[in-house]
Amino acid sequence: MKSKFIPLILILIFLITFIIFFKGLKNSNIYTPDTNLKKEVPSFELKSFENDSIVISEKIFKDNDYYLMNIWASWCIPCKEEHVFLMELKKDDRIELIGFNYKDNFKNALSFLKDLGNPYDIIVSDKDGTASIEWGAYGVPESFLVYQNKIIKRFIGPINNEDLLEIKKITR
Amino acid sequence: MKFIHIFLIAAIISNFNFLKADEIKTENKIAKNLRCLICQGQSVYDSDSEFATSLKLVIRNKIQEGLNEEQIYSFLKTKYGEWILYDPVFNRNTYFLWLLPILIFLAGGAIILKKFYIRK
Repeated sequence: MKSKFIPLILILIFLITFIIFFKGLKNSNIYTPDTNLKKEVPSFELKSFENDSIVISEKIFKDNDYYLMNIWASWCIPCKEEHVFLMELKKDDRIELIGFNYKDNFKNALSFLKDLGNPYDIIVSDKDGTASIEWGAYGVPESFLVYQNKIIKRFIGPINNEDLLEIKKITR
Repeated sequence: MKFIHIFLIAAIISNFNFLKADEIKTENKIAKNLRCLICQGQSVYDSDSEFATSLKLVIRNKIQEGLNEEQIYSFLKTKYGEWILYDPVFNRNTYFLWLLPILIFLAGGAIILKKFYIRK
């Protein structure tokens, strides 16, 4: 009686372990953060990109307007990819674009904008990247859609045509 | 007079170093307990990515602002979620994770007790 049970239990344990690990194989091990968060916009005081004047976040983000806060840098190749879509978004007057120039060289950034166009209404420079951390950003490029002082959507990586359509749908 | 000057300067410098060393120690400790979110299998301390270097700077600034270790962890948790912490927090999702080893330990103890003591 006893000897019959032990192999059965062993097989059962093996089966359960096998199923757990087999299911685990299919799970993605790449961390994907939540992109639909309703978080308050973090306040910041940063230097303006064009001159040394200080820009305060409370003066940028006003109620009932849509803002796209875009982190970019001239050394970032995917930023060039998404720039076309940002220029497209510039034509939409329901949304304002805020540029976060991330750990960049002023001259390079300026020539980047000269070559590809400047889609931004305001640009601030985040020289050491600490302000981006306050936003919970991972790197460049990354964009946050802001409405009523809340982050309503975030886009990690370059913005593509799908994202563009989604933004237009939200702001409509 | 000159001697006092030198002594004072030396005292100030040594004091500053002491303070700094303490700060760097906590900064490194915090960075070692944080997961670099854009790297694979690296802590923030180990990584040289742009993300990690900025995060280390934020930690240093927060320490200088007077925040303690726990406050910095909870600040980063609100920004990046629990995943940034290496140490999983005890909550509904992690009961099993934390309690399983204890349960197994108790079960093992029970088996040993039954086998060697109760039979006699």
